[in-house]
Amino acid sequence: MGQNGAGKTTLVKHFNGLLKPSKGRVLIDGIDTRHVSVATLARKVGFVFQNPDHQLFSETVEDEVSFALKNFGFDEKTISERVEKVLNILDLTHYRKSSPFMLSGGERKRVALASVLSWDPKILILDEPTIGQDSYQKERLRQFIMQLNQQGKTVIIVTHDVEFVTECEPRIILMKNGRIIADGDAREILTDPNLVSEASLVLPEITQVFMRLNDYGFPRNVIGVYEAKRLILERLSGGFMR
Amino acid sequence: MSMLDGLRLLDGLRFRNISSPIHKIDPRAKFVYVCALFFVAILFNQIIPLLILFLSQVPLVIIARVKKEWLRLIRGSIFFAALIFAMNVISLYFYGGYPSLASIIEHSLAMTLRFIVLVESFSIFFLTTSPDIFGLSLEQMGIPYEFCFAFTTAIRFVPVLAEETQTIMDAQRARGLELESGGFIKRIRNYIPILIPLIVNAIRRSLELAEAMESRAWGASKKRTNLYALKMGGKDYCFIIISIIIILISIYVWLFIKIPSITQIMQL
Repeated sequence: MGQNGAGKTTLVKHFNGLLKPSKGRVLIDGIDTRHVSVATLARKVGFVFQNPDHQLFSETVEDEVSFALKNFGFDEKTISERVEKVLNILDLTHYRKSSPFMLSGGERKRVALASVLSWDPKILILDEPTIGQDSYQKERLRQFIMQLNQQGKTVIIVTHDVEFVTECEPRIILMKNGRIIADGDAREILTDPNLVSEASLVLPEITQVFMRLNDYGFPRNVIGVYEAKRLILERLSGGFMR
Repeated sequence: MSMLDGLRLLDGLRFRNISSPIHKIDPRAKFVYVCALFFVAILFNQIIPLLILFLSQVPLVIIARVKKEWLRLIRGSIFFAALIFAMNVISLYFYGGYPSLASIIEHSLAMTLRFIVLVESFSIFFLTTSPDIFGLSLEQMGIPYEFCFAFTTAIRFVPVLAEETQTIMDAQRARGLELESGGFIKRIRNYIPILIPLIVNAIRRSLELAEAMESRAWGASKKRTNLYALKMGGKDYCFIIISIIIILISIYVWLFIKIPSITQIMQL
């Protein structure tokens, strides 16, 4: 996370070899990115770009999703299975035969995501995945990301959306002017007002409430809704005046 | 990568907002000068006058303080220059009837140099003339405003297009597209996933631009006036006169002086 121009996208473009380090090295699974092609790395590192219009070109959603699978040389049967599965996950099955250009912005974004998820990369990079998604789709996306994470996949998200992130409670890296200014747990980073404002973000709403409740003995570093509920209920059952 | 190279080349022509004596010259005067350079470059096909023409522009580039951009542009045109050189050598070898390989190479070099001189003079013009002022000068020459506007807009969108092409290429490579793989036909087909998003986005952007323009009442008044008006001054006329002198001298040289080729000089 970090403000515009902090270098987030530049950093993640190093992970699949689109950019090569001018100094030092980048290792993906022990492989130096300078020695392999983007196509080879892409098999391991899926990268979903911010703007779906930079990649959609096929006549149908189905073709779009199978494009990468064909590039990687999967056989016909596997391709149709994978396409079926990923369209289902992302709620796109009924658009299967539609032209991706006729879909809405949020739907195009999901097609772009599907076209990368299709080959099941070990590491997934999402650049601003929540832009243009309504809250229902955002929640679905969040659950899906958590599920991927539980399957042992690494998911890297570039985002400004603090509320989206807090619910996942991930490791957070803050960037500013091309440098990393903080690296740690969401609970630790997103509740630090100085760090958060330095990265041009806002504190999560729950944290803002709990900071104002600090005088009443509540902790400051609360980011999740469920934890907030638990703390408030505990206090209520303990009585208002102590 | 040749498409991107072409766009980068165009991007090298982008105006940089700095101030210099050359920047202040009226675009119409500069245009006459560029035409003079074009004329001379087309007139001669020997290496010596073209070399003189090439080198005589260097002081101008330095005065205009666009040396870095200019060098980048020359470097960017190397791909096309090499192509022109190769085409010339091949066609002259088979159809030219030239006496020796040395003279074929010399002639091809001259043709390549001519191309570089054309790029060079073009770049001096565009690097030192803001698109707005250029549009204004077109308008004052009586060209309808719609065309002037379309022209300046086209220039303005070149860097946007170059950046977008790069992003699209990145996005498709991230999906396993290998641009440099396969035979000739396959390589051309490889560009389809890049061209389609580029074209679709260009159309989409032009529709958005049209809406933005209409919402700002573009074309509401039939008779437009401009805040700035270009006026030719003494300096500008001077520049035009210099251009005409260059043309006259080169016509004289072309008619009356025999220019030796490098191969001939070497043989002496």
